[in-house]
Formats: sequence, structure tokens, C-alpha cells
Amino acid sequence: MTAAGAAPAGTVLEVRDLHVRITSRQGTVRAVDGVSFDVSAGEALGLVGESGSGKSMTLRAVLGVLPAEARVTSGEILLDGVNLVTRPQSELNRIRGTKMSMIFQEPMSALNPVMRVGWQIAEGPQVRLGFSRARAAERALELMRRVGIPDPERRFRAYPHEFSGGMRQRVMIAIALSCDPEVILCDEPTTALDVTIQDQILRLLARLCRESGASLVFVTHDLPVVAQICQRVAVMYGAQLVESGAVADVLLNPWHPYTRGLVRSAPDFDYVRESLVPIPGAPPSLVNPPPGCRFHPRCEFVEEDCRVSETPLRLLPGGRATACLHYERCLDAAAADRAQA
Amino acid sequence: MSAIPLTPQPGATAPPPAAAPGARAERGEARRARRWYTQPALMIGIGIMAVILAMIIAAPLITPYNPNAQNLNATLLGPSAHHLLGTDQLGRDTWTRLLYGTRLDLRIAFIAVLFPFTIGMILGSVAGYFGGWVDTVIMRVVDVVIAFPFYVLLIALVFVLGPGERSIYIAITLVGWVSYARIIRGEILVAKRQDYILAAQSGGLGSVRIMRRHLLPNVITQAIIYSMSDIVQDIVAIVTLGYFGLGVPPPTADLGSMINDGQNFLSTHWQLTTIPGLAVVLVGLGLSLIGDGLADLLRPGQA
Repeated sequence: MTAAGAAPAGTVLEVRDLHVRITSRQGTVRAVDGVSFDVSAGEALGLVGESGSGKSMTLRAVLGVLPAEARVTSGEILLDGVNLVTRPQSELNRIRGTKMSMIFQEPMSALNPVMRVGWQIAEGPQVRLGFSRARAAERALELMRRVGIPDPERRFRAYPHEFSGGMRQRVMIAIALSCDPEVILCDEPTTALDVTIQDQILRLLARLCRESGASLVFVTHDLPVVAQICQRVAVMYGAQLVESGAVADVLLNPWHPYTRGLVRSAPDFDYVRESLVPIPGAPPSLVNPPPGCRFHPRCEFVEEDCRVSETPLRLLPGGRATACLHYERCLDAAAADRAQA
Repeated sequence: MSAIPLTPQPGATAPPPAAAPGARAERGEARRARRWYTQPALMIGIGIMAVILAMIIAAPLITPYNPNAQNLNATLLGPSAHHLLGTDQLGRDTWTRLLYGTRLDLRIAFIAVLFPFTIGMILGSVAGYFGGWVDTVIMRVVDVVIAFPFYVLLIALVFVLGPGERSIYIAITLVGWVSYARIIRGEILVAKRQDYILAAQSGGLGSVRIMRRHLLPNVITQAIIYSMSDIVQDIVAIVTLGYFGLGVPPPTADLGSMINDGQNFLSTHWQLTTIPGLAVVLVGLGLSLIGDGLADLLRPGQA
């Protein structure tokens, strides 16, 4: 069930067979069902999928900030070889913020409305790195300069509502970088921004990660964004990973019909079609997921065995992996798409 | 929170109340538009309280008499140049006792509001933030306390503890913290679902720091607004206790005991009862107006 076999040297974050269950009135929701991936130092991994596919829940499990109704039922989350799932809260608090940090989708609601932004940036170094007030403030000013906030001395004392959306997201990035983390988790950080600002923020994020050597886990449903910022991509469907590999390979030659569906329903690719093709049907229920391959009710290549056999992610040559039993057919279809274009 | 009616502001340049709840920038505008001095209620309240506070603080300068000094040669006098409001049955100057009595009651009320505020805030935050059994235990205790009528419980407690200032503080704290706990808990239940709390948690901050630095500053406004009406309630309660002889023991001047003392002479010297009563009304009015004004001022930006 591993996405890339044994973890290569330099792996920072490893997630092994992670299961997250949510108890709700409708029954137990399998929010994350056996997800495995790893991220090596300085790498950007895209985690792609539609709403409700479990990507955000995976991120929150990695950070250890699941909602009260949800818990990790099995699996391992290894950060530098330390399994976070079994660690006590106090140790998790030390790890979070210093080794990992998170950038949220909506920068307005992710900033405390009644706290000056400078102190919000300085809080991490002050609390987690034990910086003095003055030194933490100095650090915050330096970070504000690095993320391109003009006139940081004056903006330090401003409140979040005095910032524009893009500037707020820069503040979020400064907070995420404030303790020099090894991994930055991003939950659709540019979805709430307009496209020109989005591009600026992505470039900034990519540059800062390159400079600091931090790895990125980038959750989004926006394939062009993944193509822009990530080296590898993992596709999630129905709480499971269905495909993973290098970004260019996966997006140009999808080996899973769901990935192909995603690509065909997104604009802006080299082999654009006449029109966008939606994926028919709706995402599966995570309370009673369909047997066999979870995508089979919506799949145009469905065979008899898809309905019954479990479809674990299978490792294939070229660092790729797919859960599809008949990925060759998908490959042919993608080639046909291209020929048509 | 229904205790504080949002009074309409006829003269104020009030923005439409439907100021978009999501738009921060607009709220900022709304807040600038209603500066504190554009609130007539607040201004009148501040005016009343400023005059009262100035007088009671300067009481030793305003009046030459000792509030407890008896002069049995000058009992039950009417108003005169020497005794602005006359004297009581023991020849004590009513104006002097009024000033010192108000001073004492206000001081007790202001101190008494701090303890339930603090305790209610802490317990409410803990209940709201942690939830689960902690929440259940704290809120069941709150339910029990709230089930008793305020005055019944207060008077019973002071009666058990014995009259005096300390008993008043203890009783008001035991009875009053529940309202603050409820308000803060409710606000925290909403605030803790905000992303910035998730962000603080994922930043590895401890629970205490998250509550103190991130949650409380966002929710405390409602408690402050409530505390203004709570002070009024406390003053009335203190006066009531004094009236029942459960307040500060005599001969110390206190509005409640003054009302009670004057009662014996109601048919001949009505001013002995009426004047301290009016003082209570005036103080209550001033503080209520400030509470209303603050509510109007703070709510639009903090909704």
C-alpha cells in the first residue's frame, strides 16, 4: 500500500496506511482510508482530489488537529522517523510549529482579528523557540520583509482587516515560516485569491521553500496550481489514493480513469479539448463506500473485477503508482484524447 | 443578554444595522462613523457618573461633617444652609451620609463585579474550549445556581455568612459568576471553530495560551457589556441587603440602611427615605446608560 515503496533517503515526512474515522449520526465515516505517501526534503507534493475526498482531513491528521469527532484509527505518521500518532500532546505541540506548519485556505479567518499581525508572526518564535519579545519582533519584521510586505515597520502594528487578501496570505506564509519548519502543509492556500494574486503567492511560496529547503504538501483541487508548484502529485478519491507520480507524467498520461476525468474537466493544459468533460455521477459515500474500486460506478472502463476486488495502489516503473486494475485502457484513452486535440 | 436593550439612537449618525456582517472593511467604517461621543446615551451616562464619582471622591472636601457623628441637639432637621438635606433621627447630616453611603455602595459594587467576572470568564472559557465532561460538569453547576432566584440565593447566602462587606463579595461571586460563564462559553463555542484557533493549535501553542491570547480577546466584549448591567444589579442588591440589615453594619453610612432608618419617619420626614432612594435610581440610570452606549458602540464591530 505504499506510494513509493521504501522511503528514499532524505524523506522528511512519511504517512503509512493512515486511517481516519469520523463518528457521525449517519454512521462511521471513513474520512481517510489507508493513505500512504512520503515527502522528501525540499520536495513539493500535491495532494489532489475533489471536495470530500479526504485531502484536508489527511492534512489535519498529519498536524494532529483533527476535529473532536475524528480520530486516527490506525497507521503511522513519521516525521524524521518519529511516529506522531503515538506521541503525547506536549511533544506534538513542540513538533508542530517548529518542524511543521500550516497555511490555510481563507487567510482572513485564519488570522486572529484582534491581534496585531506582527505579534501573530512573532508568537511562534516567542513561544516555541523561546525568543525574547524584542528578538521575536525582529524576526517577525525580517519575515515580513521576506514575504514582500511593504513598509513592515508600520504594518507590524496593523490588524488583519487592514490588509488585502494577498497581503493576508503573505502574513500567513510569514507565520508558517516563522520557526523554520521542515514541512509546510498548505490547504488550498490560493483558492480564496484572484488569479493574479494567486500567481504571486505561488511564486513566493515556491521561492521561499527553495531558499529554506522546506518541503511542501500542497492540498488543492486546482490542477494548474499543482502543475506550477509541485514536483510530485498524489490523487485522492473516496478517501483513498488512486494514483501518484511525477506531476508531468500523471497529468499528461493519467493511469487512473479518475485522474483522466480530473484532467479533462480542468482547463489550461497542453492537450486541451474542444470542451471540458465533466465526470458523471457523484463522489462515493464514505459511510458505505462501494465495494471493489471506489470509482467503478462512475468509470467508463469498468470491468467485472472492478466491482469486487480491492484495488490497492500498485507500484509501477518510473516512480508511479496506480490503483486502477486496467490502467492500460486509460493510457490508450489519454493517447486518443491527445490525438484528437 | 436580553437585559441590555439596544436603544435606538435618534441623534446619532448611526449606520444601517444591516452592515454586512462579513465585510471587515465596512465594519471598520461603521466603527469610525459611530465614535463614542456621537452616542447620546453613552454621553449622558458618562456625564451622570462623572458628576457622582467626582462628588463621592471629593466627599471630605464637599462636606465638613463626619457621616457618623451624632448631634442629638439637631435631630430630624429640615434642609437648611448648615444641613443641605437636613439631619436624621440621630442628628447626622443627611447630605454627608448620602455621599459616603453612595461611595461605599459603589466601591463594593465595583469590587464585587470583578470576582464573578474573573471566575465566570475562566470557568466559561474552560467549559467552552474543552467541552466534553468538563463542560457538562461546569454547566450543570451553572444550571443549579441559575435555578434559584437571584435575590433569594443572595440574601440566603449573606444571612448564612453573616452581615458585612466580605459576605457580600462572597455571595455576589457565588451567585453572579454563572451569567459570565454562560456568556463566555457561548461566545467561545463559536469562536473556537474559527480557523485562527485551528491555526494557533497547528502552530503548537498550548491550550492556556490559545484561550488567553486568541480566544478571550475575541469574546470578552460581551462579558464587559454585561458587566455594566451587572454592576447596576449588584448596587441594587447591596442596597437591598443594607435595607434588610444584612449589609455593612451600622453606624457606617449605606444607602440601604439609610432607607430603612428613614422608614420610621416616613409620614413626617419623607426625604430621609426618598433621597437615598433617588440616589440609587440616579446611579443605576448612569451605569445603565453607559452599558447601553457601550453595547451599541462595541457590538457592530464585534458581532
